[in-house]
Amino acid sequence: MVDPDYLKFDTLSLHAGQEPDPTTGSRAVPIYQTTSYSFVDTEQAAGLFNLEQPGHIYSRISNPTVAVLEERIAALEGGVGAVCTASGMAAFHLAAATIMSAGNHVVASRNIYGGTHNMLNLTMPRFGITTTFVDPRDPKAWRSAITPETRVLFAETLGNPGIEVLDVPLIAEIAHEHGLPLMVDATFTTPYLMKPIDLGADIVMHSVTKFLGGHGIALGGVIVDGGRFDWAANDKFPTLSQPYDGYHGISFTDEYGHQALSMRARAEGLRDFGAAMSPTNAFHLLQGIETLPLRMKRHVENTDSVITFLEGHDAVTWVSHPSVSTHPDHELAKRLLPKGAGAIFSFGIAGGREAGCRFIENVQLASHLANVGDAKTLVLHPASTTHQQLSAEDLVAAGVGEDLIRLSVGLEDPEDIIADLSRALRASQKG
Amino acid sequence: MNIECRGEAVNFATGGVEVGRDLPLVVLVHGAGMDRTVWSQQTRYLAHHGFAAMALDLPGHGESGGEPLSSIGEMADWVSEVIDGIDQGPARLIGHSMGSLVSLEVAARHPGVVERLVLLGTGAAMPVHPELLGAAERNEVLAPQLITSWGHGTRAHIAGNPAPGLWMRSGCQALLERAADGVIFNDLAACNSYEAGDVAALITCPITVVVGSEDKMTPPRATSQLVAGLSDVDLKHLDGIGHMMMIEAPDRIRDILLGALQ
Repeated sequence: MVDPDYLKFDTLSLHAGQEPDPTTGSRAVPIYQTTSYSFVDTEQAAGLFNLEQPGHIYSRISNPTVAVLEERIAALEGGVGAVCTASGMAAFHLAAATIMSAGNHVVASRNIYGGTHNMLNLTMPRFGITTTFVDPRDPKAWRSAITPETRVLFAETLGNPGIEVLDVPLIAEIAHEHGLPLMVDATFTTPYLMKPIDLGADIVMHSVTKFLGGHGIALGGVIVDGGRFDWAANDKFPTLSQPYDGYHGISFTDEYGHQALSMRARAEGLRDFGAAMSPTNAFHLLQGIETLPLRMKRHVENTDSVITFLEGHDAVTWVSHPSVSTHPDHELAKRLLPKGAGAIFSFGIAGGREAGCRFIENVQLASHLANVGDAKTLVLHPASTTHQQLSAEDLVAAGVGEDLIRLSVGLEDPEDIIADLSRALRASQKG
Repeated sequence: MNIECRGEAVNFATGGVEVGRDLPLVVLVHGAGMDRTVWSQQTRYLAHHGFAAMALDLPGHGESGGEPLSSIGEMADWVSEVIDGIDQGPARLIGHSMGSLVSLEVAARHPGVVERLVLLGTGAAMPVHPELLGAAERNEVLAPQLITSWGHGTRAHIAGNPAPGLWMRSGCQALLERAADGVIFNDLAACNSYEAGDVAALITCPITVVVGSEDKMTPPRATSQLVAGLSDVDLKHLDGIGHMMMIEAPDRIRDILLGALQ
């Protein structure tokens, strides 16, 4: 039996997209902190501007340091290409603006990051793009929400805040039955825990700021083009399949086929919307990705230890993580996420809102802030912070009970994380 | 321009520009299981450098209609009919891998339609590994994976795509995965049973042959055997490059094509 001689995930995490710099021999990826690039001559310049040949023109469109990160993430995800952006939100917008126009419609999971929900629910309608939100676990809801104007199905691989596991193969099948792509936000899983393209997704996006970077020092986003979706199979995607005056009548599907999305997103999206990643951020994010497999393994191990501790604690009323047998997606997680279901989850604290506040005020190692996916353990009590303006009833409707604590488990020694949580839990019950 | 051949639509890429009727015709023929987009780094360049460039989808490939043709000879007859139908004089024919065999056969069977050949990743014969052939017959993803694995040089498995953000390995695999069931097997079987050596002596037009030093699909020794039988040939070597040379070394291939075609 012969096998493809592909480099493995850990090797790609370190090497994909980069060779030692041919001029200096630099082994590390150099930071090309430049806005622009000298042309060899007028003919080469014309060729670059006209998409006759690839290369760098201006760092809003492409940059050698950012290109290494793009190639590396594409390699880890198994995509044909990737385009990095200034943030995860910019990545979502880039994908949406590349495949949709006014009058189009999105079907999205209702359990997604609040920023993405706001963009779909409040901002995109101003530009003529509307969204129907559905229960990500309900295939009938996905199917019935699709209209003739729908252009994409969107969900997170692990939902927010309930860590709902998306049945990627099932939702991809529904999308493809209707001639539509499935786009997933895989920020919580990273390609180490799940490779959505292998499961049928067509576009993968990340907030690279989170686990991929891992250090919480640099913002970034990315869209990855799976390359398997046929954008020219129907007339729903004219931005990709019809001639584009922006490059003298080029049709991206005619010329680039399976790489049409990557090419258009860069050639138009970065050129015109301009939400480019900075080269220095790309450098920082590359340092994180070099250790992604090691870190994600440790994140999952630490999460298992913390969950075991919390499940046995009197001040904890419930724990919601797909690894827990009572989680609705426990069996699905075993199938789609065999290496673990991530390091972000919620638990309930006895004593409700007041106990939650006391818990937060008494953690010392864990950081109280509104972020996830850092190397350091992070905690948040939404009822007293991000959702503090909501009543108890409104909190329930939003899936955020007064007793809910969100935890993003970091890479500290698990005994130290547990000691910190234990101390804070004791303090929370002394009201 | 819309073209039909044998009652079926012929799809082709032109680099996004209308095919110039007064320009020399350049026809590009893809390899096994692939389509016109494998030339995406060359077609638009040629179209803006004085040529009427047409990167074809063979029957049953890409967006062209019809069923895949089962032998190199049949494919060559079809390409010849397409060139005749365009009615723009003899073509400069560029072929990669299986497309190089088709191009050779066109020049041998229909010398009037070809004035120059450029053959990339070619050889006197193209025997196919039996496990690859078996995987292709079973329509397993292993077939695209093996072609992708063996089709790229060492460097291309790590980095080096001059097109920012594109990842060569998955690009090749995704392109092959888009082929309809049976297409890859059809093409590999056609390559497996073809012997180019018999026709080499019949070629009268000038030929440029490009060989990659890390080509595992058509190794340099197979290329040398073919070149030995050709009379008017210019052999170009690409160090460190594998079989997918249009993707691995697009700049060098563009330069070679421009030099050979002018």
